Amino acid sequence: MKIKFISFIAIFLASFLHAQTIEVCEDCPVSKLNDAIKVANSFDTILVKKGTYKEHDIIVDKPLTIIGKNYPVIDGELKGEIITIVSDSVTVDGLFIINVGTSYTEDYAAIRVKRGKHFVIQNLVLEKLFFGIYLEKAHHGKVFHNKIIGDAVEEYNSGNGIQLWYSKDIEIEHNFVEHVRDGIYLEFSDNCLIKNNVSANNLRYGLHFMFSNDDLYQDNNFENNGAGVAVMFSKRIKMYNNIFKENWGTASYGLLLKEINDAEIKGNTFEENTIGINIEGSNRITYLNNNFINNGWAIKVRGACYTNHFLSNNFLYNSFDISYNSNINDNLFDKNYWSNYTGYDLNKNGIGDVPYRPVKLFSYIVNRTPETIILLRSLFIDIIDFSEKVSPVFTPDNLLDNNPKIKKIEW
Amino acid sequence: MLKILKYSFYDLMRSRWSYVYFAFYLLLGVVLLFLNNDLSKAVITLMNVIIVLVPLIGTIFGVMYYYNSKEFTELLLAQPLKRSSIFLGQYLGVAISLSMSLILGLGIPFIFYGLFKSSAIWDFSLLLITGTFLTFIFTALAFNIALSNENKIKGFGYAILLWLFLAIIYDGVFLMSLIMFEDYPLDKLSLIGTMLNPIDLSRTLILLKLDISALLGYTGAIFKQFFGTNFGLIVSISMLSVWVVMPVLRIIFKAKKKDF
Repeated sequence: MKIKFISFIAIFLASFLHAQTIEVCEDCPVSKLNDAIKVANSFDTILVKKGTYKEHDIIVDKPLTIIGKNYPVIDGELKGEIITIVSDSVTVDGLFIINVGTSYTEDYAAIRVKRGKHFVIQNLVLEKLFFGIYLEKAHHGKVFHNKIIGDAVEEYNSGNGIQLWYSKDIEIEHNFVEHVRDGIYLEFSDNCLIKNNVSANNLRYGLHFMFSNDDLYQDNNFENNGAGVAVMFSKRIKMYNNIFKENWGTASYGLLLKEINDAEIKGNTFEENTIGINIEGSNRITYLNNNFINNGWAIKVRGACYTNHFLSNNFLYNSFDISYNSNINDNLFDKNYWSNYTGYDLNKNGIGDVPYRPVKLFSYIVNRTPETIILLRSLFIDIIDFSEKVSPVFTPDNLLDNNPKIKKIEW
Repeated sequence: MLKILKYSFYDLMRSRWSYVYFAFYLLLGVVLLFLNNDLSKAVITLMNVIIVLVPLIGTIFGVMYYYNSKEFTELLLAQPLKRSSIFLGQYLGVAISLSMSLILGLGIPFIFYGLFKSSAIWDFSLLLITGTFLTFIFTALAFNIALSNENKIKGFGYAILLWLFLAIIYDGVFLMSLIMFEDYPLDKLSLIGTMLNPIDLSRTLILLKLDISALLGYTGAIFKQFFGTNFGLIVSISMLSVWVVMPVLRIIFKAKKKDF
């Protein structure tokens, strides 16, 4: 065992010591990235100098470090996939990749990792792409500091910025994704960390989870997407300190939850979305310390949502705080601050003495007849809302915040 | 006409009611800002107050002024003056002095609070513009009512009824009809329904600024065009102008024919 270990170290060191650097430039002996990969040994470094390289179908089949100097351009000429990594331990750094081919039968990507592990993809700039970074059955990799700028117009003929498929333990940090279909898309991908990314102006979702469990995303910024983040059919997702902003439109949500269980949503800010959070068939979720500011609907509960806890959130100046489409409630609202609360606090303990009813009759009416939205903030509506508040008929009568805060909650 | 306008205006400026009205708005502005500590929330509350109260005060004040200055009007009518200029002068005098109380009363506390440095300035100016429009519309409607009714009590009754109808009952009927016909496409109907009531119209105008995110939640091409672009703003403002012009034209028409 010991000998085996030592020999392994020796081989590793030998290969490392022998590692050489191959330079690629327009008038070097090696003028193509593809040729450089062919002549390289495992663990070599390929240094790509500034210039334009018209190449596609580059297959990286050994552990290599490919570094671009001053952002050399790899131009795929719209012919297909550009870089495919099929080996472990590959690092790609500092390339400018453009013109990925579009296909309706294959998902061409600017850079694809196939069954690799321990890869690092960083400092890339991708433009004019179909799919950007595609991780297929890869694991333990890192995707850092990439800038992906697409030009997607229609959903059906555009791809995703960063796509994970059956990939595990991936770290995605500090990326900037714009104008693609889904900014970041996870399908069957568990234990991933998504941190400090900006995903904006995408056609569909800023971030999209499908059948992915135990993932964490935090400190991301989702702005002006079709919908900020969609979390569907996933379990135990943690969502911390993200910003969801200006996701406007008829089917636009800051956050869309569908068939989600046991998630934790903490410290997020939802600002000026048509719907802050849209919840459907989601159970045992904790909402803690979130800010809902100036949304059309802060939270829209569609149905089949049980045992959710909404604790210590701020609901500030939303047109509607909560909307329910039935009068059954199994969710708990407690110790939130509601800017629409009109009660008083006689014993000065910071908690209002009268419970707050977050669901208004008008939100029920709007659910039924959407055109009535035009009567928002009318005096007549205020009157019927008041009478419903006094004796609830249409809205769930046990839907109450028994301890509404008097002052905005700081944390 | 300008002379009569000037006379009415100065007369009203000296009257107690203008001061009361001015003081009320001043107090309202100060209290709101003091309690809210937040400009944009204060603007929302103000909106609720303005779209209800401005029409009420406009109608009552307009009717009151007409009946009170009736003897003076009759004196003026004996002079070689055009009838339209007499009544228009009085109308503009009332409307302008009311608008001034509104703008100054609300403007002063907000300016002291730092309006110019705040992003709420556009919402606030829109609020003042709608407030002014409402004053002009409802004063004109009040003059119409007063011109058509010799009986003071009847005139006041109609004026209050008019306000009650446009501020509350109209919305109730509107809501019921929308719910009743919910199986049909309603977006055109709901927009037209809004256009026909100046209070609803100004409310929508302010909603465009404050609740745009909620309004965009409804699926409907016409809604989207109306609320999503500047189209809505332009249409609302021009409709408000129509709402000013129509009753004023009727004042002129009615004043010409009326026996005194």
